Amino acid sequence: MAEPALDVEGLEVRYGAVAAVRGLNIQVQTGEIVGLIGPNGAGKSTTLHAIMGAVPVRHGDIRLAGRSIRGKKPESITRSGVSLVPEGRRIFAEFTVEENIRLGLVGRRSQAGIATDLEWVYELFPVVHRYAGRPAGTLSGGEQQQLAIARALVARPDVLLLDEPSLGLAPQVVDTVFQVLRQIRECGVTVLLVEQRAQRTVAFADRTYVMSNGEIRMTLAPADAGDTDRIVAAYFA
Amino acid sequence: MTQIQTVIDAVGLGALYALMAVGIALVFGVMRLVNFAYGQLIMFGAYALAFTNSLPEGVSILVCLAVVVALSLAMGVAFIPLRRASPATMLVATFAISFLLQSIALLSYSYRNKPIGDPALVLSGLNKAFTIGSVHVRWITLVLIGTAAVCLAALALLLERTDIGLQIRAAAADFQTARLLGVQAGRVIAFAFLVSGVLAAIVAVLFVVQTPFVTPDYGLKETIIVLVAVVVGGIDRLTTATLGGFAIGFATGLFGGFLPGQGPEQGSFPFTTRVYLDSVIFLLVILVLLLRPGGLFARRGGPVERV
Repeated sequence: MAEPALDVEGLEVRYGAVAAVRGLNIQVQTGEIVGLIGPNGAGKSTTLHAIMGAVPVRHGDIRLAGRSIRGKKPESITRSGVSLVPEGRRIFAEFTVEENIRLGLVGRRSQAGIATDLEWVYELFPVVHRYAGRPAGTLSGGEQQQLAIARALVARPDVLLLDEPSLGLAPQVVDTVFQVLRQIRECGVTVLLVEQRAQRTVAFADRTYVMSNGEIRMTLAPADAGDTDRIVAAYFA
Repeated sequence: MTQIQTVIDAVGLGALYALMAVGIALVFGVMRLVNFAYGQLIMFGAYALAFTNSLPEGVSILVCLAVVVALSLAMGVAFIPLRRASPATMLVATFAISFLLQSIALLSYSYRNKPIGDPALVLSGLNKAFTIGSVHVRWITLVLIGTAAVCLAALALLLERTDIGLQIRAAAADFQTARLLGVQAGRVIAFAFLVSGVLAAIVAVLFVVQTPFVTPDYGLKETIIVLVAVVVGGIDRLTTATLGGFAIGFATGLFGGFLPGQGPEQGSFPFTTRVYLDSVIFLLVILVLLLRPGGLFARRGGPVERV
Protein backbone atom coordinates (compact mmCIF):
# COMPACT_ATOMS: atom_id res chain seq x y z
CA MET A 1 0.00 0.00 0.00
CA ALA A 2 1.22 3.50 -0.80
CA GLU A 3 2.43 5.76 2.01
CA PRO A 4 -0.42 7.88 3.44
CA ALA A 5 -0.48 11.48 2.21
CA LEU A 6 -0.39 12.54 5.86
CA ASP A 7 0.72 10.30 8.69
CA VAL A 8 0.69 11.54 12.27
CA GLU A 9 2.22 9.00 14.60
CA GLY A 10 2.30 9.14 18.39
CA LEU A 11 2.09 12.96 18.37
CA GLU A 12 2.54 14.67 21.71
CA VAL A 13 2.35 18.44 22.19
CA ARG A 14 2.72 20.17 25.53
CA TYR A 15 2.03 23.72 26.63
CA GLY A 16 4.29 23.91 29.66
CA ALA A 17 3.23 21.10 31.97
CA VAL A 18 -0.09 20.58 30.22
CA ALA A 19 -0.30 17.93 27.51
CA ALA A 20 -2.56 19.31 24.77
CA VAL A 21 -2.14 16.31 22.46
CA ARG A 22 -1.22 12.87 23.77
CA GLY A 23 -0.03 10.03 21.58
CA LEU A 24 -2.21 10.96 18.62
CA ASN A 25 -2.31 8.73 15.52
CA ILE A 26 -3.99 9.95 12.35
CA GLN A 27 -3.60 8.66 8.83
CA VAL A 28 -5.04 10.37 5.77
CA GLN A 29 -4.72 8.54 2.46
CA THR A 30 -4.27 10.44 -0.78
CA GLY A 31 -7.57 11.89 -1.98
CA GLU A 32 -9.38 11.24 1.31
CA ILE A 33 -11.33 13.73 3.37
CA VAL A 34 -10.85 13.00 7.04
CA GLY A 35 -12.76 14.83 9.76
CA LEU A 36 -11.48 15.67 13.22
CA ILE A 37 -14.17 16.69 15.69
CA GLY A 38 -14.36 17.08 19.43
CA PRO A 39 -15.18 19.54 22.19
CA ASN A 40 -13.38 22.84 22.71
CA GLY A 41 -9.91 22.31 24.11
CA ALA A 42 -9.70 18.74 22.80
CA GLY A 43 -6.47 19.57 20.97
CA LYS A 44 -7.79 19.72 17.39
CA SER A 45 -6.30 23.09 16.47
CA THR A 46 -3.10 22.23 18.32
CA THR A 47 -2.80 19.13 16.15
CA LEU A 48 -3.08 21.23 13.00
CA HIS A 49 -0.57 23.74 14.32
CA ALA A 50 1.82 20.92 15.19
CA ILE A 51 1.55 19.56 11.65
CA MET A 52 2.33 23.06 10.33
CA GLY A 53 5.35 23.41 12.61
CA ALA A 54 3.81 26.37 14.42
CA VAL A 55 4.01 24.64 17.84
CA PRO A 56 6.87 22.36 18.89
CA VAL A 57 6.33 18.58 18.81
CA ARG A 58 7.40 16.85 22.01
CA HIS A 59 7.18 13.25 20.82
CA GLY A 60 6.12 11.36 17.74
CA ASP A 61 6.47 12.04 14.05
CA ILE A 62 4.60 13.70 11.21
CA ARG A 63 5.21 12.38 7.71
CA LEU A 64 4.10 13.60 4.32
CA ALA A 65 4.04 10.72 1.83
CA GLY A 66 6.61 8.97 4.01
CA ARG A 67 8.95 11.94 4.57
CA SER A 68 9.21 13.38 8.08
CA ILE A 69 8.46 17.09 8.47
CA ARG A 70 8.89 17.15 12.23
CA GLY A 71 10.92 20.11 13.44
CA LYS A 72 10.72 22.04 10.17
CA LYS A 73 9.72 25.70 10.11
CA PRO A 74 6.16 26.61 9.03
CA GLU A 75 7.42 28.22 5.84
CA SER A 76 9.27 25.06 4.76
CA ILE A 77 6.34 22.82 5.68
CA THR A 78 4.12 24.91 3.42
CA ARG A 79 6.71 24.39 0.71
CA SER A 80 6.60 20.64 1.38
CA GLY A 81 2.97 20.58 0.22
CA VAL A 82 0.69 21.30 3.20
CA SER A 83 -1.56 24.34 3.42
CA LEU A 84 -3.61 25.49 6.38
CA VAL A 85 -6.85 27.44 6.30
CA PRO A 86 -6.51 28.88 9.79
CA GLU A 87 -9.26 29.30 12.34
CA GLY A 88 -10.89 32.70 12.02
CA ARG A 89 -9.70 32.87 8.37
CA ARG A 90 -6.77 35.18 9.13
CA ILE A 91 -7.03 36.94 5.82
CA PHE A 92 -5.15 40.22 5.44
CA ALA A 93 -8.11 42.55 5.77
CA GLU A 94 -6.35 45.68 4.54
CA PHE A 95 -4.85 44.01 1.50
CA THR A 96 -6.82 43.53 -1.66
CA VAL A 97 -8.33 40.14 -2.44
CA GLU A 98 -5.77 39.76 -5.23
CA GLU A 99 -2.87 40.50 -2.85
CA ASN A 100 -4.16 37.83 -0.47
CA ILE A 101 -4.12 35.36 -3.35
CA ARG A 102 -0.59 36.45 -4.31
CA LEU A 103 0.51 35.68 -0.76
CA GLY A 104 -0.95 32.21 -1.20
CA LEU A 105 1.35 31.74 -4.20
CA VAL A 106 4.43 32.28 -2.00
CA GLY A 107 4.21 28.74 -0.64
CA ARG A 108 4.21 27.01 -4.02
CA ARG A 109 6.83 24.39 -4.74
CA SER A 110 6.89 25.19 -8.42
CA GLN A 111 6.34 28.44 -10.26
CA ALA A 112 5.09 26.52 -13.28
CA GLY A 113 1.36 26.34 -13.94
CA ILE A 114 0.36 29.36 -11.86
CA ALA A 115 -2.05 30.62 -14.52
CA THR A 116 -3.86 27.27 -14.76
CA ASP A 117 -4.13 26.99 -10.98
CA LEU A 118 -5.47 30.52 -10.66
CA GLU A 119 -8.06 29.72 -13.31
CA TRP A 120 -9.05 26.59 -11.37
CA VAL A 121 -9.36 28.49 -8.09
CA TYR A 122 -11.30 31.35 -9.69
CA GLU A 123 -13.68 28.77 -11.13
CA LEU A 124 -14.17 27.27 -7.68
CA PHE A 125 -14.58 30.70 -6.10
CA PRO A 126 -15.96 33.18 -8.63
CA VAL A 127 -16.35 35.71 -5.83
CA VAL A 128 -12.57 35.83 -5.35
CA HIS A 129 -12.13 36.76 -8.98
CA ARG A 130 -15.01 39.22 -9.02
CA TYR A 131 -13.76 41.20 -6.02
CA ALA A 132 -10.04 40.94 -6.84
CA GLY A 133 -9.41 44.66 -6.42
CA ARG A 134 -11.38 45.15 -3.20
CA PRO A 135 -9.89 45.27 0.28
CA ALA A 136 -10.41 41.76 1.67
CA GLY A 137 -11.87 43.19 4.89
CA THR A 138 -14.90 44.51 3.01
CA LEU A 139 -15.97 40.99 1.96
CA SER A 140 -18.69 39.19 3.92
CA GLY A 141 -17.68 36.45 6.34
CA GLY A 142 -18.55 33.69 3.90
CA GLU A 143 -16.66 35.40 1.09
CA GLN A 144 -13.66 35.84 3.37
CA GLN A 145 -13.75 32.14 4.16
CA GLN A 146 -13.79 31.35 0.46
CA LEU A 147 -10.84 33.67 0.03
CA ALA A 148 -8.97 31.91 2.85
CA ILE A 149 -9.56 28.53 1.18
CA ALA A 150 -8.64 29.91 -2.25
CA ARG A 151 -5.45 31.40 -0.80
CA ALA A 152 -4.49 27.99 0.59
CA LEU A 153 -5.33 26.20 -2.66
CA VAL A 154 -3.23 28.39 -4.98
CA ALA A 155 -0.17 27.01 -3.18
CA ARG A 156 -1.21 23.70 -4.81
CA PRO A 157 -0.92 21.63 -1.64
CA ASP A 158 -1.06 17.83 -1.57
CA VAL A 159 -2.73 18.10 1.82
CA LEU A 160 -5.17 20.82 2.84
CA LEU A 161 -5.82 21.40 6.55
CA LEU A 162 -8.94 23.35 7.50
CA ASP A 163 -9.49 24.68 11.01
CA GLU A 164 -13.21 25.21 11.64
CA PRO A 165 -14.04 26.78 8.29
CA SER A 166 -17.73 27.12 9.22
CA LEU A 167 -17.08 28.97 12.48
CA GLY A 168 -19.12 32.13 12.88
CA LEU A 169 -20.87 31.82 9.54
CA ALA A 170 -24.60 32.04 8.85
CA PRO A 171 -26.27 28.65 8.12
CA GLN A 172 -26.64 29.24 4.37
CA VAL A 173 -23.02 30.29 4.16
CA VAL A 174 -21.99 27.09 5.94
CA ASP A 175 -23.76 25.19 3.14
CA THR A 176 -21.66 27.06 0.59
CA VAL A 177 -18.46 26.19 2.45
CA PHE A 178 -19.29 22.47 2.56
CA GLN A 179 -20.27 22.57 -1.09
CA VAL A 180 -16.89 24.06 -1.90
CA LEU A 181 -15.15 21.35 0.13
CA ARG A 182 -17.02 18.75 -1.90
CA GLN A 183 -15.71 20.33 -5.09
CA ILE A 184 -12.18 20.36 -3.70
CA ARG A 185 -12.47 16.66 -2.90
CA GLU A 186 -13.47 16.04 -6.50
CA CYS A 187 -10.22 17.67 -7.57
CA GLY A 188 -8.31 15.02 -5.61
CA VAL A 189 -6.88 17.24 -2.87
CA THR A 190 -6.36 15.37 0.42
CA VAL A 191 -8.21 17.11 3.24
CA LEU A 192 -8.03 17.04 7.03
CA LEU A 193 -11.04 18.96 8.30
CA VAL A 194 -11.32 20.16 11.88
CA GLU A 195 -14.91 21.11 12.68
CA GLN A 196 -17.33 21.82 15.50
CA ARG A 197 -20.35 20.74 13.45
CA ALA A 198 -20.10 17.08 14.41
CA GLN A 199 -22.97 15.44 12.55
CA ARG A 200 -22.38 17.32 9.39
CA THR A 201 -18.67 16.47 9.38
CA VAL A 202 -19.28 12.78 10.10
CA ALA A 203 -21.74 12.61 7.20
CA PHE A 204 -19.40 14.49 4.89
CA ALA A 205 -15.97 12.97 5.53
CA ASP A 206 -14.72 9.53 4.53
CA ARG A 207 -13.80 8.97 8.16
CA THR A 208 -14.06 11.16 11.23
CA TYR A 209 -11.93 10.97 14.33
CA VAL A 210 -13.47 12.14 17.57
CA MET A 211 -10.88 13.78 19.77
CA SER A 212 -11.17 14.56 23.46
CA ASN A 213 -8.58 15.53 26.03
CA GLY A 214 -5.78 15.30 23.49
CA GLU A 215 -6.58 11.76 22.39
CA ILE A 216 -8.60 10.01 19.68
CA ARG A 217 -11.61 8.44 21.39
CA MET A 218 -13.47 7.01 18.43
CA THR A 219 -13.49 6.74 14.65
CA LEU A 220 -16.80 7.25 12.89
CA ALA A 221 -17.98 6.41 9.37
CA PRO A 222 -20.51 8.46 7.36
CA ALA A 223 -23.14 5.89 8.28
CA ASP A 224 -22.77 6.90 11.94
CA ALA A 225 -23.93 10.46 11.23
CA GLY A 226 -27.49 9.64 12.25
CA ASP A 227 -26.36 8.00 15.48
CA THR A 228 -26.41 11.05 17.71
CA ASP A 229 -26.04 9.00 20.87
CA ARG A 230 -22.78 7.56 19.66
CA ILE A 231 -21.35 10.96 18.74
CA VAL A 232 -22.41 12.45 22.07
CA ALA A 233 -20.95 9.47 23.91
CA ALA A 234 -17.65 9.93 22.06
CA TYR A 235 -17.54 13.60 23.07
CA PHE A 236 -17.90 12.77 26.73
CA ALA A 237 -15.82 9.60 26.70
CA MET B 1 10.22 86.79 3.79
CA THR B 2 12.07 85.21 6.70
CA GLN B 3 8.85 83.30 7.32
CA ILE B 4 9.13 81.61 3.93
CA GLN B 5 12.75 80.78 4.64
CA THR B 6 11.83 79.29 7.99
CA VAL B 7 9.10 77.18 6.40
CA ILE B 8 11.46 75.85 3.73
CA ASP B 9 14.08 74.95 6.35
CA ALA B 10 11.36 73.32 8.47
CA VAL B 11 10.27 71.18 5.51
CA GLY B 12 13.93 70.16 5.09
CA LEU B 13 14.22 69.08 8.71
CA GLY B 14 10.86 67.31 8.44
CA ALA B 15 12.13 65.42 5.40
CA LEU B 16 15.26 64.28 7.26
CA TYR B 17 13.25 63.10 10.27
CA ALA B 18 10.72 61.40 7.99
CA LEU B 19 13.55 59.37 6.41
CA MET B 20 14.80 58.33 9.85
CA ALA B 21 11.27 57.53 10.98
CA VAL B 22 10.50 55.27 8.04
CA GLY B 23 13.72 53.31 8.62
CA ILE B 24 12.83 52.76 12.26
CA ALA B 25 9.19 51.90 11.53
CA LEU B 26 10.09 49.42 8.80
CA VAL B 27 12.09 47.31 11.25
CA PHE B 28 9.43 47.76 13.91
CA GLY B 29 6.82 46.47 11.47
CA VAL B 30 8.41 43.06 10.92
CA MET B 31 10.19 42.61 14.26
CA ARG B 32 8.03 44.56 16.73
CA LEU B 33 11.37 45.97 17.76
CA VAL B 34 12.06 49.63 18.55
CA ASN B 35 15.65 49.88 17.43
CA PHE B 36 17.27 52.39 19.74
CA ALA B 37 20.60 51.63 18.05
CA TYR B 38 19.41 53.25 14.81
CA GLY B 39 21.30 56.42 15.74
CA GLN B 40 24.57 54.50 15.93
CA LEU B 41 24.06 53.36 12.34
CA ILE B 42 24.05 57.02 11.40
CA MET B 43 27.06 57.71 13.63
CA PHE B 44 29.09 54.88 12.07
CA GLY B 45 28.07 56.09 8.62
CA ALA B 46 29.21 59.60 9.50
CA TYR B 47 32.57 58.27 10.75
CA ALA B 48 32.92 56.25 7.57
CA LEU B 49 32.54 59.53 5.67
CA ALA B 50 34.94 61.41 7.96
CA PHE B 51 37.64 58.75 7.62
CA THR B 52 37.39 58.69 3.84
CA ASN B 53 37.75 62.44 3.21
CA SER B 54 40.78 61.77 1.04
CA LEU B 55 38.83 59.52 -1.33
CA PRO B 56 36.61 60.77 -4.17
CA GLU B 57 33.16 61.73 -2.85
CA GLY B 58 31.36 58.94 -4.70
CA VAL B 59 33.68 56.31 -3.23
CA SER B 60 33.36 57.84 0.22
CA ILE B 61 29.57 57.62 0.01
CA LEU B 62 29.78 54.00 -1.17
CA VAL B 63 32.03 53.14 1.79
CA CYS B 64 29.48 54.78 4.10
CA LEU B 65 26.68 52.76 2.47
CA ALA B 66 28.61 49.50 2.80
CA VAL B 67 29.51 50.12 6.46
CA VAL B 68 25.99 51.10 7.50
CA VAL B 69 24.24 48.32 5.58
CA ALA B 70 26.66 45.71 6.95
CA LEU B 71 26.13 47.01 10.48
CA SER B 72 22.35 47.07 10.02
CA LEU B 73 22.31 43.47 8.75
CA ALA B 74 24.54 42.44 11.68
CA MET B 75 21.99 44.04 14.03
CA GLY B 76 19.27 42.06 12.29
CA VAL B 77 21.17 38.83 12.86
CA ALA B 78 21.75 39.78 16.50
CA PHE B 79 18.06 40.50 17.08
CA ILE B 80 16.63 37.41 15.36
CA PRO B 81 17.07 35.11 18.40
CA LEU B 82 15.19 37.73 20.47
CA ARG B 83 12.19 37.78 18.17
CA ARG B 84 9.97 35.92 20.59
CA ALA B 85 11.23 37.81 23.63
CA SER B 86 9.11 40.44 25.37
CA PRO B 87 9.22 43.98 23.95
CA ALA B 88 11.03 45.14 27.09
CA THR B 89 13.80 42.57 26.58
CA MET B 90 14.20 43.60 22.97
CA LEU B 91 14.30 47.30 23.85
CA VAL B 92 16.96 46.69 26.50
CA ALA B 93 18.94 44.65 23.97
CA THR B 94 18.87 47.54 21.50
CA PHE B 95 20.05 49.86 24.31
CA ALA B 96 22.92 47.47 24.94
CA ILE B 97 23.92 47.45 21.27
CA SER B 98 23.55 51.21 21.12
CA PHE B 99 25.86 51.75 24.12
CA LEU B 100 28.31 49.16 22.85
CA LEU B 101 28.64 50.96 19.52
CA GLN B 102 28.91 54.35 21.23
CA SER B 103 31.62 53.02 23.53
CA ILE B 104 33.58 51.66 20.58
CA ALA B 105 33.40 55.09 18.97
CA LEU B 106 34.29 56.79 22.24
CA LEU B 107 37.39 54.62 22.76
CA SER B 108 38.78 55.46 19.37
CA TYR B 109 37.70 59.11 19.80
CA SER B 110 39.61 59.74 23.04
CA TYR B 111 42.59 57.93 21.59
CA ARG B 112 42.69 60.26 18.59
CA ASN B 113 42.27 63.46 20.65
CA LYS B 114 39.86 65.39 18.42
CA PRO B 115 38.01 67.68 20.84
CA ILE B 116 35.38 68.94 18.40
CA GLY B 117 35.07 65.72 16.43
CA ASP B 118 36.28 64.46 13.08
CA PRO B 119 35.21 66.65 10.18
CA ALA B 120 33.49 64.93 7.27
CA LEU B 121 33.81 67.02 4.15
CA VAL B 122 31.65 65.09 1.72
CA LEU B 123 29.32 67.23 -0.45
CA SER B 124 30.12 70.28 1.71
CA GLY B 125 29.53 72.49 -1.33
CA LEU B 126 25.81 71.91 -0.84
CA ASN B 127 25.91 74.27 2.13
CA LYS B 128 26.09 77.21 -0.26
CA ALA B 129 22.87 79.16 -0.57
CA PHE B 130 21.06 80.60 -3.51
CA THR B 131 18.75 83.58 -3.32
CA ILE B 132 15.28 84.11 -4.69
CA GLY B 133 14.17 87.63 -3.86
CA SER B 134 15.21 88.01 -0.25
CA VAL B 135 14.92 84.30 0.58
CA HIS B 136 18.18 82.41 1.03
CA VAL B 137 17.91 78.68 0.51
CA ARG B 138 20.82 76.31 1.00
CA TRP B 139 21.18 73.69 -1.70
CA ILE B 140 21.29 70.94 0.93
CA THR B 141 17.73 71.82 1.96
CA LEU B 142 16.50 71.21 -1.57
CA VAL B 143 18.61 68.05 -1.87
CA LEU B 144 17.16 66.85 1.44
CA ILE B 145 13.57 67.41 0.37
CA GLY B 146 14.20 65.87 -3.06
CA THR B 147 16.05 62.84 -1.68
CA ALA B 148 13.40 62.19 0.93
CA ALA B 149 10.65 62.41 -1.68
CA VAL B 150 12.48 60.03 -4.03
CA CYS B 151 13.34 57.57 -1.23
CA LEU B 152 9.82 57.52 0.17
CA ALA B 153 8.30 57.10 -3.30
CA ALA B 154 10.75 54.29 -4.11
CA LEU B 155 9.98 52.57 -0.82
CA ALA B 156 6.24 52.89 -1.45
CA LEU B 157 6.68 51.33 -4.90
CA LEU B 158 8.84 48.55 -3.46
CA LEU B 159 6.27 47.73 -0.80
CA GLU B 160 3.21 48.06 -3.02
CA ARG B 161 4.39 46.63 -6.31
CA THR B 162 6.92 43.88 -5.60
CA ASP B 163 6.51 40.40 -4.14
CA ILE B 164 9.08 40.96 -1.40
CA GLY B 165 7.25 44.21 -0.55
CA LEU B 166 3.95 42.35 -0.27
CA GLN B 167 5.63 39.77 1.96
CA ILE B 168 7.09 42.48 4.21
CA ARG B 169 3.66 44.08 4.55
CA ALA B 170 2.12 40.69 5.30
CA ALA B 171 4.78 39.95 7.92
CA ALA B 172 4.15 43.34 9.50
CA ALA B 173 0.38 42.75 9.58
CA ASP B 174 0.42 39.15 10.88
CA PHE B 175 3.78 37.38 10.98
CA GLN B 176 2.40 34.00 12.05
CA THR B 177 -0.11 33.77 9.21
CA ALA B 178 2.47 35.05 6.73
CA ARG B 179 4.84 32.23 7.72
CA LEU B 180 2.06 29.67 7.44
CA LEU B 181 1.59 30.86 3.86
CA GLY B 182 5.28 30.27 3.15
CA VAL B 183 6.75 33.74 3.74
CA GLN B 184 10.34 33.12 4.88
CA ALA B 185 10.87 34.92 8.18
CA GLY B 186 14.64 35.27 7.87
CA ARG B 187 14.45 36.68 4.37
CA VAL B 188 11.82 39.28 5.23
CA ILE B 189 13.69 40.40 8.36
CA ALA B 190 17.00 40.63 6.49
CA PHE B 191 15.35 42.67 3.77
CA ALA B 192 13.79 45.07 6.29
CA PHE B 193 17.18 45.62 7.96
CA LEU B 194 18.81 46.04 4.55
CA VAL B 195 16.39 48.77 3.47
CA SER B 196 16.55 50.36 6.92
CA GLY B 197 20.37 50.38 6.60
CA VAL B 198 20.29 51.97 3.16
CA LEU B 199 18.02 54.70 4.53
CA ALA B 200 20.33 55.23 7.52
CA ALA B 201 23.31 55.61 5.17
CA ILE B 202 21.43 58.21 3.13
CA VAL B 203 20.51 60.06 6.33
CA ALA B 204 24.17 59.92 7.44
CA VAL B 205 25.33 61.59 4.20
CA LEU B 206 22.65 64.29 4.31
CA PHE B 207 23.19 64.92 8.01
CA VAL B 208 26.96 65.17 7.68
CA VAL B 209 26.62 67.91 5.08
CA GLN B 210 24.74 70.05 7.61
CA THR B 211 26.64 68.97 10.74
CA PRO B 212 30.13 68.01 9.60
CA PHE B 213 31.88 67.37 12.91
CA VAL B 214 31.38 63.73 13.83
CA THR B 215 31.46 62.72 17.50
CA PRO B 216 30.55 59.46 19.28
CA ASP B 217 27.11 60.84 20.21
CA TYR B 218 26.46 61.87 16.61
CA GLY B 219 22.80 61.53 15.64
CA LEU B 220 21.82 60.38 19.12
CA LYS B 221 19.63 63.34 20.03
CA GLU B 222 17.93 63.29 16.63
CA THR B 223 17.26 59.57 16.97
CA ILE B 224 15.59 60.06 20.34
CA ILE B 225 13.41 62.82 18.90
CA VAL B 226 12.52 60.64 15.90
CA LEU B 227 11.71 57.65 18.13
CA VAL B 228 9.30 59.91 19.98
CA ALA B 229 7.98 61.22 16.66
CA VAL B 230 7.34 57.72 15.38
CA VAL B 231 5.28 56.91 18.47
CA VAL B 232 3.42 60.22 18.18
CA GLY B 233 2.57 59.51 14.54
CA GLY B 234 1.60 55.89 15.16
CA ILE B 235 4.39 53.32 15.09
CA ASP B 236 2.42 50.39 13.70
CA ARG B 237 2.01 51.92 10.26
CA LEU B 238 4.77 53.12 7.98
CA THR B 239 2.73 56.06 6.73
CA THR B 240 1.73 57.35 10.15
CA ALA B 241 5.24 56.84 11.55
CA THR B 242 6.72 58.74 8.61
CA LEU B 243 4.18 61.52 8.99
CA GLY B 244 5.06 61.64 12.70
CA GLY B 245 8.72 62.08 11.79
CA PHE B 246 7.91 64.80 9.32
CA ALA B 247 5.55 66.57 11.74
CA ILE B 248 8.10 66.73 14.55
CA GLY B 249 10.86 67.83 12.19
CA PHE B 250 8.62 70.46 10.65
CA ALA B 251 7.43 71.70 14.06
CA THR B 252 11.00 71.83 15.34
CA GLY B 253 12.09 73.83 12.32
CA LEU B 254 9.13 76.16 12.59
CA PHE B 255 9.41 76.87 16.30
CA GLY B 256 13.18 77.09 15.99
CA GLY B 257 12.67 79.91 13.51
CA PHE B 258 9.98 81.77 15.39
CA LEU B 259 10.92 81.38 19.05
CA PRO B 260 13.08 84.11 20.59
CA GLY B 261 16.79 83.74 19.93
CA GLN B 262 19.70 83.98 22.34
CA GLY B 263 18.39 85.33 25.63
CA PRO B 264 21.20 86.90 27.66
CA GLU B 265 21.85 89.99 25.53
CA GLN B 266 18.15 90.92 25.64
CA GLY B 267 17.50 90.49 29.30
CA SER B 268 17.36 88.24 32.25
CA PHE B 269 16.61 84.78 30.75
CA PRO B 270 19.82 82.82 30.27
CA PHE B 271 18.09 80.49 27.81
CA THR B 272 18.88 79.62 24.24
CA THR B 273 16.28 78.88 21.59
CA ARG B 274 17.06 75.20 21.94
CA VAL B 275 15.76 75.06 25.50
CA TYR B 276 12.46 76.66 24.56
CA LEU B 277 12.32 74.46 21.52
CA ASP B 278 12.62 71.09 23.25
CA SER B 279 10.13 72.20 25.91
CA VAL B 280 7.59 73.26 23.30
CA ILE B 281 8.06 70.13 21.18
CA PHE B 282 7.79 67.70 24.07
CA LEU B 283 4.82 69.62 25.50
CA LEU B 284 3.12 69.08 22.15
CA VAL B 285 4.10 65.41 22.25
CA ILE B 286 2.53 65.00 25.70
CA LEU B 287 -0.64 66.73 24.53
CA VAL B 288 -0.89 64.52 21.45
CA LEU B 289 -0.36 61.33 23.44
CA LEU B 290 -2.98 62.42 25.98
CA LEU B 291 -5.54 63.22 23.32
CA ARG B 292 -4.70 60.49 20.78
CA PRO B 293 -2.81 57.70 22.51
CA GLY B 294 -2.95 55.52 19.38
CA GLY B 295 -0.95 58.10 17.47
CA LEU B 296 -1.66 61.44 15.86
CA PHE B 297 -2.45 59.93 12.46
CA ALA B 298 -3.98 56.63 13.61
CA ARG B 299 -7.36 55.73 12.19
CA ARG B 300 -10.30 55.69 14.50
CA GLY B 301 -12.11 52.41 15.20
CA GLY B 302 -10.78 48.89 15.16
CA PRO B 303 -11.20 46.08 12.64
CA VAL B 304 -14.72 44.88 11.97
CA GLU B 305 -15.62 41.21 12.42
CA ARG B 306 -17.51 40.00 9.37
CA VAL B 307 -20.01 37.15 9.30
